[in-house]
Amino acid sequence: MELYTLSARELADKIQAREVSAREVTDAFLACIERVDSDVRAFVTVTAQQARAAADAVDARLAAKEEVSSLAGVPIALKDNLCTTGVETTCSSKILRGFVPPYNATVVEKLSAAGAVSLGKATMDEFAMGSSTENSGLFTTRNPWDLTKVPGGSSGGSAAAVAAGEAPFALGSDTGGSIRQPAAFCGLVGVKPTYGRVSRYGLVAFASSLDQIGPLARTVEDAALLLSVIAGHDPGDSTSVPRSVPDYRAALTGDIKGLRVGIPKEYFAEGIATDVREAVTRAISVLEGLGASVGETSLPYTEYALPAYYIVAPAEASSNLARYDGVRYGHRTRNAQGHIDLFEKTRDEGFGDEVKQRIMIGTYALSAGYYDAFYLKAQQVRTLIKQDFDRCWENFDALITPTAPSAAFGIGEKTDDPLAMKLSDICTIPANMAGIPALSQCCGFTESGLPIGVQLMGPPFSEETLLRLAHAYEQATDWHTRRPSLDKK
Amino acid sequence: MPLYETHVGMECHAELLTESKMFCGCRNEFGGEPNTRTCPVCLGLPGSLPVFNKKAIEHVVRTALALNCTISLHSVFHRKNYFYPDLPKGYQISQYGNTPIGVNGWLEIEKPDGTTKKIHITRVHLEEDTGKLIHSDGAGYSVVDYNRSSVPLMEIVTAFPPDIESAEEARLYAETLRSILIYLGVSDGKMEQGSLRAEPNPSVRPVGSDTFGTKTELKNLNSFRSVQRGIEYEAQRQIEVIESGGRVTQETRGWDDEKGISFSQRSKEVEQEYRYFPEPDLIPLEFDPEWLESLRAELPELPNAKKRRLMEQYGLPATDAAQLVLERETADYFEQAARGVKDTKAVANWMLGDLARLANASGLAIHAAPIPPAALAEMVGLIESGAMTGKIAKTVIEEMFATGKSAPQVVQEKGLTVSGADEVAGIVAKVVAANPDVVAKIKAGNDKSIGFLVGQVMKESKGRAKPDDVNRLLREEMDKL
Repeated sequence: MELYTLSARELADKIQAREVSAREVTDAFLACIERVDSDVRAFVTVTAQQARAAADAVDARLAAKEEVSSLAGVPIALKDNLCTTGVETTCSSKILRGFVPPYNATVVEKLSAAGAVSLGKATMDEFAMGSSTENSGLFTTRNPWDLTKVPGGSSGGSAAAVAAGEAPFALGSDTGGSIRQPAAFCGLVGVKPTYGRVSRYGLVAFASSLDQIGPLARTVEDAALLLSVIAGHDPGDSTSVPRSVPDYRAALTGDIKGLRVGIPKEYFAEGIATDVREAVTRAISVLEGLGASVGETSLPYTEYALPAYYIVAPAEASSNLARYDGVRYGHRTRNAQGHIDLFEKTRDEGFGDEVKQRIMIGTYALSAGYYDAFYLKAQQVRTLIKQDFDRCWENFDALITPTAPSAAFGIGEKTDDPLAMKLSDICTIPANMAGIPALSQCCGFTESGLPIGVQLMGPPFSEETLLRLAHAYEQATDWHTRRPSLDKK
Repeated sequence: MPLYETHVGMECHAELLTESKMFCGCRNEFGGEPNTRTCPVCLGLPGSLPVFNKKAIEHVVRTALALNCTISLHSVFHRKNYFYPDLPKGYQISQYGNTPIGVNGWLEIEKPDGTTKKIHITRVHLEEDTGKLIHSDGAGYSVVDYNRSSVPLMEIVTAFPPDIESAEEARLYAETLRSILIYLGVSDGKMEQGSLRAEPNPSVRPVGSDTFGTKTELKNLNSFRSVQRGIEYEAQRQIEVIESGGRVTQETRGWDDEKGISFSQRSKEVEQEYRYFPEPDLIPLEFDPEWLESLRAELPELPNAKKRRLMEQYGLPATDAAQLVLERETADYFEQAARGVKDTKAVANWMLGDLARLANASGLAIHAAPIPPAALAEMVGLIESGAMTGKIAKTVIEEMFATGKSAPQVVQEKGLTVSGADEVAGIVAKVVAANPDVVAKIKAGNDKSIGFLVGQVMKESKGRAKPDDVNRLLREEMDKL
């Protein structure tokens, strides 16, 4: 049995039982990266040396019979928008090339305290803007299930790394579906926690009111394990919520009898591929068979979520990305005449097209005379979307929908059709707009062998319910046991 | 040429006296080695997030309460977006729109003729300061110091239409505001260091016109005097522009204090596009009305109220009281010195006269003079009891200031005890005998000439004679003749 095929929980158990050393585990994953990453291209930076040192430190503690934490020696991949002390953090953007943060994101600190070993930084769409990693300013990641397909995005590198066995689990960030959609495309479990559940300190901001960090894993248990470590109030993030963190693994009881699961009809409308619709419908039957009560419901404002999102997110982004001006860090143009010229040329050279487009849209939406018509209106729509969900929670504990309208699409297939690209987030965006938790897991495969994702959404801070449902489903099915066969190629 | 009237709107910024900066733990202090008081937050590094400084919020709430404002129970922060190298995030966290911490307040100024005027204030809000650009001549580049970046800054804006109608009123407004801020302990009010910045917006219009003229904004006013001079100059300049058939341009103008002129800095004809929107990294402030009431109850006595009380309680004239309350410590000094003294007016006179002169010459504030309040009280007490003359006291206070000794000590050591009536009588007799011509004049009915004899007696007694004694004995001596 290869170490890199084990789950994070299994690895943690074996390391703590000293059946295997942390160093052996880290080496196994580094070897896997060495073997497959030239095909998958999931990592921007592999921190092999630091990883081995961290693993050795865990082994030393174990040898000294010292107490170790829950993730001691377990490797992890980090999306490259999480700040890491001394390790370049690029957001897959040329403009941040060479930026080495002097501090760790709060989640990175928490992982480090839990003994996890960071393997490196995973590729993404530039500044998390995209659904395929094709918007990366550095290179595109490939889907381990089919290297001609995209891994999804924007946490495509994190998802591909886990699917390819380059890491047992990973952290991504989700602004409009950037954890869940790649989880669906790569056959993984991905969790977008409630807004405020996980500290955003050290997450390079895309859209501050929507961004959340969350886990990507091969099993629900691993996702729960990771979420337990990263969740919690952070005095450094005013929007993080002071609320105690449960042991999410304890929620995985297998018992979902009596849980009420709603099926919002708007998520099964035109545009959802037949194979996706069928797989999700079968998943609903499985949950029903496990004792959940299932019923149809409606979220009438769903269709406005995407357009409103494409006002709010670019507006916040246009402001968040203003700091990349070439004055303090990252890329700086070589031929500037004066400070305005420095700003303009630096940004022109450093940002990719998608980022520029969103900055322009956001700048426009916030401009005097347009603010009320766009930004303010979009925020009002957001309130309506929240109210839609609130009405559902009177009758349901969770909602079930497809994660994405289709399975992974081909590299280059949608790059010339920005609307089609953006529609791939149509099922995931509402949860961000409402700030509610949502989870994606694998619920089947297309005829051509690509994973299909099903999404669960719940009221604020209902992560335990979502994880319990997903875990029960996982126990009753075996989709999560399948592996892409990269080694054949 | 028609008569013109001036209107002035005032925007004042005060850096708040807090231990740390507005959104991070870096020390809030003036100056320092460049970029030594910085961190990921105030440098705006990617991923960093702001966290409120509660003390800064409290300072602004207390100021707003002291300025008679309504407090927005739900107060929102906004991003003001613009590009400049001293602004590390590309936006300034500020408060825009109708929910700043304080709205619709006023303060009262007192004019030299003793009349008062309410100046209405539209908003009191909290924001962060920027870094500082340092231009090195001929180097071909500028450098930035971010020590000041994210220092908490309070902005106080007067209402429109403006209540202030002259350069002098604008100066009085700035002075009054400064003394309130200092009383509250929220600002050190140092205009020369820029911790208090006044930016007047003067405009002129012909008397009788019902539309306001185009305003300009004045910057770089580093003293109250330059506030007044700057507005006076600018109003005159605007009148000349209009009179010569021109049009006043809406612009920011710098003030050159040395040359005494304003100069164009930046046009404001095209409204700046700041793309304000609510700051998503901060949650709105929600104020507990009970907390607000407790802050209100704990507000110190403010300059105006203190002034009125000093006038009533100690029988001081308005001008004295106004001077005493300029700084809280000066008023405190006065009240301590006036304790147990009957002639409290004399205490004020000594403080604002000789003590102020001595302190000023040493570059000290009155309250920081080396004469403690109790020592001054003791000195006034000696005069009251007749143990010392006012004339002697002038010498005594100089000695007290120079040596830190008490009045009785100085009197003792210098032999400045008051002359007895017998001794004075002897001197009087001597002076009368020595000035027969003056005596003759007085006898002839020229009563004023007695002043000369009084002066001679005082001089002869080296000021140790009590004026009462001198007058009485001189009269007696004259009557004898």
